[in-house]
Amino acid sequence: MNERALPPVTQLGMASLALIVAGGIYLAAYLPRQVPLLPAEILLAASVLLLAVNLLALSRVKTFAWPCFFQVAKWALLAYVVVAGLIEFALVRDGMSGGLLVVLTLSIVVYAIHVPILTAFTVARYQ
Amino acid sequence: MTDVAIRLPQPDSPAGPGAPLPRPDFEIVPRMGIPVVAAIFALLVVAIIANKLWPLVFLHVAFGAAWTILDLFLGFILGPSMRRLSVPARIELTTRLMPRMVLIMPTVVTVTLAAGWQLGTLMGTVNSSYFLHGWVVASYVVVGCMAVIALGLLAPANIAVLVELKKPRPNPAVIQTLMKRFMYSAGFTGALQVAILVIMTRIRSG
Repeated sequence: MNERALPPVTQLGMASLALIVAGGIYLAAYLPRQVPLLPAEILLAASVLLLAVNLLALSRVKTFAWPCFFQVAKWALLAYVVVAGLIEFALVRDGMSGGLLVVLTLSIVVYAIHVPILTAFTVARYQ
Repeated sequence: MTDVAIRLPQPDSPAGPGAPLPRPDFEIVPRMGIPVVAAIFALLVVAIIANKLWPLVFLHVAFGAAWTILDLFLGFILGPSMRRLSVPARIELTTRLMPRMVLIMPTVVTVTLAAGWQLGTLMGTVNSSYFLHGWVVASYVVVGCMAVIALGLLAPANIAVLVELKKPRPNPAVIQTLMKRFMYSAGFTGALQVAILVIMTRIRSG
């Protein structure tokens, strides 16, 4: 099996998703009361940071099955954009607005980008 | 359907290539299933727009039950059974089962969660004033853990094993590693599904 030294993309990706989920739980737990957004913003910022680190670490990998990575990533991205769209639709439909909607929308964007990266990475690492 | 050859390790030489065995051809994402998924998502959107109790309860309960049963079955019944199957039987089962799972799992998860959230909003059970709010938040935590495992480990392993099986000469070690990851992840999410059953029945009982 191919055991090249690769960055810990899966671990960082799961940590990033866990931060997003934690932020979502924090916000949902307070509904419908006004909720201090700062904790959720910090969790989102940390998640975005991990996404950026993951992208940077991946971009520095020299020998990698990039064509396979991009082929899987583009289809996975399409699928997760549809799912993210459904989640966003439900949020807007429920009358969510303002800072809360912005934080949740950005969280959904991170989710819709990071999950295809994780899928494409897992496939491409064995090519 | 065409059959292609796959080289598998012999029992006495786990790492080495063995005699080629027949492997059914398959689609990684079964195109025939995409219209069904699209129709289900359309139903979900209609149910959310209508915001009526029965369609939301139906979607949440039916798809939630499917999610729970699939996780428990994969993790505790099929996973252990697969380990005892011969390698050709495992390959055959994997090529038949896993493409379907690529469509089924994201669909049941999305419909369960979206319908469940809308149902909770309609019934007021997601409000922090709800008398069993602690249990509801506990369900968020459990579902959150399941989501991270499913998105980070389960789904990527599912796709990766199918891509590997599509190759002219798949690497059995890679398939074994990925299937182990898939089954262990399914087992863990299956255990978390037991927690969801406890929480949901407690909330329903009031």
